[in-house]
Amino acid sequence: METSLKGWEIMSIVNYVHFEFPSLPENVSFARSCVGAFVSQLNCTLDDIEEIKLVVSEAVSNCIIHAYENRSDGKIEIIASLRDDRSLELTVKDYGKGIENLEQALQPSYSSDPNRMGLGFTFMKSFMDEMDISSQPQEGTSVLLKRNFLNRDRQAYA
Amino acid sequence: MDVEYKTVRNTLVVRVKGELDMLIADKMRQEIDRRLEENSIKNLIFNLEKVTFIDSSGLGVIIGRYKKVSAVSGRMFIVGAKNPVEKILHFSGINRLVPMYSSEQDIINL
Ligand SMILES: Nc1ncnc2c1ncn2[C@@H]1O[C@H](COP(=O)(O)OP(=O)(O)OP(=O)(O)O)[C@@H](O)[C@H]1O
Ligand SMILES: [Mg+2]
Repeated sequence: METSLKGWEIMSIVNYVHFEFPSLPENVSFARSCVGAFVSQLNCTLDDIEEIKLVVSEAVSNCIIHAYENRSDGKIEIIASLRDDRSLELTVKDYGKGIENLEQALQPSYSSDPNRMGLGFTFMKSFMDEMDISSQPQEGTSVLLKRNFLNRDRQAYA
Repeated sequence: MDVEYKTVRNTLVVRVKGELDMLIADKMRQEIDRRLEENSIKNLIFNLEKVTFIDSSGLGVIIGRYKKVSAVSGRMFIVGAKNPVEKILHFSGINRLVPMYSSEQDIINL
């Protein structure tokens, strides 16, 4: 698993941000605000930005809580890129414990933690057009999320 | 983010301000549970008037407390939730379990 823009269709990318930070709970708010501010370039609605912030919050919280089991020395990477078709592509990546049973993890309401409700992946799936997860036990997890704002506009005006 | 706890008879009122995410969720859950147990409180009011953001960590605290309170036949209410928080509460289905009101006064008037 390698994080880079290599292999992506770089030509269609209009702008991107790539940042990393340690797995501290304080950084969840930072990460979602940062991506929210970046996405606002798309001239999307405030509702859209709130949904993106929620999605980032879910993905980053999962890295801290599950991948690094609340340790603060893990590395979390985010790549957000905007394409010329007004779409957003978001990658949230950790180098933590990985997901052994992905099918189970993706079940609505499934959580490995009795104090949690298993809502995170459901939110990510619901508020984005596409979600793609790759995970290796003991190596980490990468969550790829895509959303096209042009389609949403078309639907809204249809 | 800060959280204010107030006990009125057998009801605990929790007033939250700011962003309700994992940074405060665990502490809040422990604090509420401690107060519920120590003071044999039955009912719980979450005042979310000043909450600007909520994610699954915050929702988990609310749904979990609903289960606890209902187990001892207590009642729970959510007051003052505004968008984007209100929208997420609806999306998660909490509004079907927990009655939502616009202010604490509305509950006192019940
Ligand atoms: N980055 C990750 N690394 C390891 N395991 C993960 C990761 N993300 C999710 N998981 C696993 O997938 C499960 C489902 O995740 P999801 O976000 O849907 O629910 P949750 O985090 O348990 O609860 P909630 O999001 O409602 O707080 C988790 O309980 C965890 O076992
Ligand atoms: Mg989660």
